Amino acid sequence: MRDFIDIGALEDIPVRGARVLKTPLGCIAVFRTAEDEVFALEDRCPHKGGPLSEGIVHGRAVTCPLHNWVIGFEDGTVQGPDEGAVPTWAAKVEGGRVLVDVALTAKRNAA
Amino acid sequence: MKPKLVVIGAGMASGRALEHLVEAAPDAYDITLFGAEPRGNYNRIMLSPVLSGEKTYEEIVTHDADWYAANGIATRFGDAITGIDRERKVVVTAAGETPYDKLLIATGSNPFIIPLPGHDLKGVLSYRDLDDTQAMIDASTIPGAQAVVIGGGLLGLEAAAGLALRGMDVTVVHLMGHLMERQLDEAAGYLLRRELIGRGIKVLCSANSSEILGADGRVTGLRLDDGTELPCDILVMAVGIRPNVALAKEAGLATGRGIHVDDQMITSDESILAVGECVEHDGAVFGLVAPLYDQAKVAAATLLEQKAAFKQRTVSTKLKVTGVDLFSAGDFAEGEDREDIVFRDPARGVYKRLVLRDNRLIGAVMYGDTADGSWFFGLMNDGADMSEMRETLIFGPAYQGGAALDPMVAVAALPDEAEICGCNGICKGKITTAIANGATTLDAVRMTTKASGSCGTCTGLVEQVLAVTLGEDYAAPAAKPVCDCTDLTHEDVRRLIKASELKSMAAVMQECGWKTSCGCHVCRPALNFYLLADWPLEYLDDPQSRFVNERNHANIQKDGTFSVVPRMWGGITTPDELRAIADAADKYAVPTVKVTGGQRIDLLGVKKADLPAIWSDLNDAGMVSGHAYAKGLRTVKTCVGTDHCRFGTQDSTAFGIAIERRMWGSWTPHKVKMAVSGCPRNCAEATCKDVGVICVDSGFEVSVAGAAGMDVKETEALGKAPTEDEALDLIVAFVQLYRENAKYLDRPYKWVAKVGMDWVRERVVEDAASRTALIGRFDLSQGIYQTDPWAERATPKAQRDFAPLANLTLEAAE
Repeated sequence: MRDFIDIGALEDIPVRGARVLKTPLGCIAVFRTAEDEVFALEDRCPHKGGPLSEGIVHGRAVTCPLHNWVIGFEDGTVQGPDEGAVPTWAAKVEGGRVLVDVALTAKRNAA
Repeated sequence: MKPKLVVIGAGMASGRALEHLVEAAPDAYDITLFGAEPRGNYNRIMLSPVLSGEKTYEEIVTHDADWYAANGIATRFGDAITGIDRERKVVVTAAGETPYDKLLIATGSNPFIIPLPGHDLKGVLSYRDLDDTQAMIDASTIPGAQAVVIGGGLLGLEAAAGLALRGMDVTVVHLMGHLMERQLDEAAGYLLRRELIGRGIKVLCSANSSEILGADGRVTGLRLDDGTELPCDILVMAVGIRPNVALAKEAGLATGRGIHVDDQMITSDESILAVGECVEHDGAVFGLVAPLYDQAKVAAATLLEQKAAFKQRTVSTKLKVTGVDLFSAGDFAEGEDREDIVFRDPARGVYKRLVLRDNRLIGAVMYGDTADGSWFFGLMNDGADMSEMRETLIFGPAYQGGAALDPMVAVAALPDEAEICGCNGICKGKITTAIANGATTLDAVRMTTKASGSCGTCTGLVEQVLAVTLGEDYAAPAAKPVCDCTDLTHEDVRRLIKASELKSMAAVMQECGWKTSCGCHVCRPALNFYLLADWPLEYLDDPQSRFVNERNHANIQKDGTFSVVPRMWGGITTPDELRAIADAADKYAVPTVKVTGGQRIDLLGVKKADLPAIWSDLNDAGMVSGHAYAKGLRTVKTCVGTDHCRFGTQDSTAFGIAIERRMWGSWTPHKVKMAVSGCPRNCAEATCKDVGVICVDSGFEVSVAGAAGMDVKETEALGKAPTEDEALDLIVAFVQLYRENAKYLDRPYKWVAKVGMDWVRERVVEDAASRTALIGRFDLSQGIYQTDPWAERATPKAQRDFAPLANLTLEAAE
């Protein structure tokens, strides 16, 4: 059973939009779709590091604001002709609150 | 002397017959054409797109006065024939007699009006010609207007869908148990009904009308025999047609339901031929266009004493309602000797049914996915044995012989005899021959073969034939869809938004049949602009459909920071403003301060979370957003004009400021940059801007559509104005015309290249009423949108929205 941590109210994220979450692992983009699903992805396009949280959300995907790469929410992979992937974390809505994987609070393991 | 040919009726059948005739033998006859409607020949099957606003009348004209003149055909429109004297071989009109050697009757048909009580009330319409269509369009302009359509067949449903698109409250009353019972089986009829109900159209089946209600001579409603009353402002009867045989019958020709003709289209009088909806051939009468065109071809051949015979064949039907995919052909009644193959996908609303007899395809009904319709239609006409492919038949040509699921492969696999264009009976071989003879574009194929020239539903197929035949040499037509979410072009979408009064993004996506649930990063910003430009009062701007820069009111840089540019009206600033900018740069540790090409100052490298605070500081010093990120008015560059310059002819700085004060905050299809130069030395470089003004002694020369980016182009003269106010009127009207008509992301120079400078001048300069209306609409929009985004975001909520949602690094540190 995975543990979750409350990061805020669903209504604080615009519909078809995103907010940034600062974590020890770096900035995470927390997206909200038109259907009120939430997804947590690293806020960094695998192409040139563009902030995905600033992109246009459509269906279960976001278009990077810098060069229009399209990243799918479910597994973080780049769609269409481009290739690459973004790390994703578990996220869910419960009682109007947004919860993300508690692993996001952990300090990066020293390698 | 050439023999004389008289043609009665300027409709689609006679038009096509004349085309064949003059093409094969331009000098064979002296031709005179009589028509009851006071206009040339238009494509009657395209009345539905005219009704729904997707096409204009001009677009559906097939033969205009020039065409008749060029082919030496004398026209007598509006001069009704009152009789035919077969003994003396003359036709009689109010104006006198016209002799003929050969007579071609193409009097068409009349709409059938059910003789219900009240059928002669005003507002009871048929749906047959342009006057009917116009009457319906006029009725739809009354707010809250209601319409009842009697008849749930092809014509009635097209009328209902068109009226609903025009904003009317529409009820369809149909006598039979399901819609379009002549073309559809019950299951497809159900799906069609569900679709129409989803569009807000009420549908009553098994409903029997008993009386049309009226007051003061005008229709007010319809009563059904169960007592239900349906109030309405117009009532459209679309219950069928009756061949118009009155003239022929009076002249003593053999008639039944229609004018009897033989296989050569000759009537019981060998000097008289007949074609179209007025004829009866071998017991059948005709309402769809394909057999009429076949008859026209035969009639032309007969007139030229060539051998030809009309043969009745299976016809296919499509409903011309945007977003409804429906195909029907052949015989699909159930019977002992028939077998069905059925495919259903309820979630997608797809239904396909094939009817076989003795292993041969005799009927097909498809709803929701009709791509394979013409392939099935080909198999039906071939009468080929299906036992070999029966197992995969319903999946279409792509699944035959294990071929790939590629539509191009399917088209390549079609035999030469396969019919591509049902309206005109054009097979694939005829198209490939035309392509080999040099018709390498869609338009050229249309011109030479007529394929896809009538109802247009096979356009995609014709393009595929072009692509398959030409391979890499085929250049796809310039009209590109907006994006993968739709097949419509930007121009189509803009027209539909206006014509159908679509005022929300959901309405556009629904009515235009968007293929995705909520669009993509290409279409959403475009739709957002079109909606806010066309409906400033009704539409609410959607920040989530804007690019990052417009959503955050700042330009994103490659490292994710932003730039901040305060407006400097006409490039004029003050020591106080400069101090405030310097203070802000220090306070927020702005790494780069740069003077821009638009005469203002750019603060580059501001962190997103700092944006509301820096804006607030600059606001406090009296500055507002420069919209340096916007598809909107950017800058009005000026020179110092008469204030300081010894050459200046007018106060160019003050005029530049006046323009900027009037127009800032307006959203446009792409960015708009302007400049005002005080004399023809043009120090403000006005002649490469979207709008440029050159001041001269006698006034202001306004020119537009320049460019100095990817393309470099000098502006073109729009007009000259003696005063500042008149010059400003020209500029505002031009920008509003651009806002209302251009494709999203077309700069003015690209848009003007498409519509032409004359078209622009006509609306902005020559027509004063049009100019005033444009200015009025611009000012209305400014009433909503001329607001400073910085001031609006100086609230604590905005500060929060620009900051991270949460900071988990702090918790981790504990």
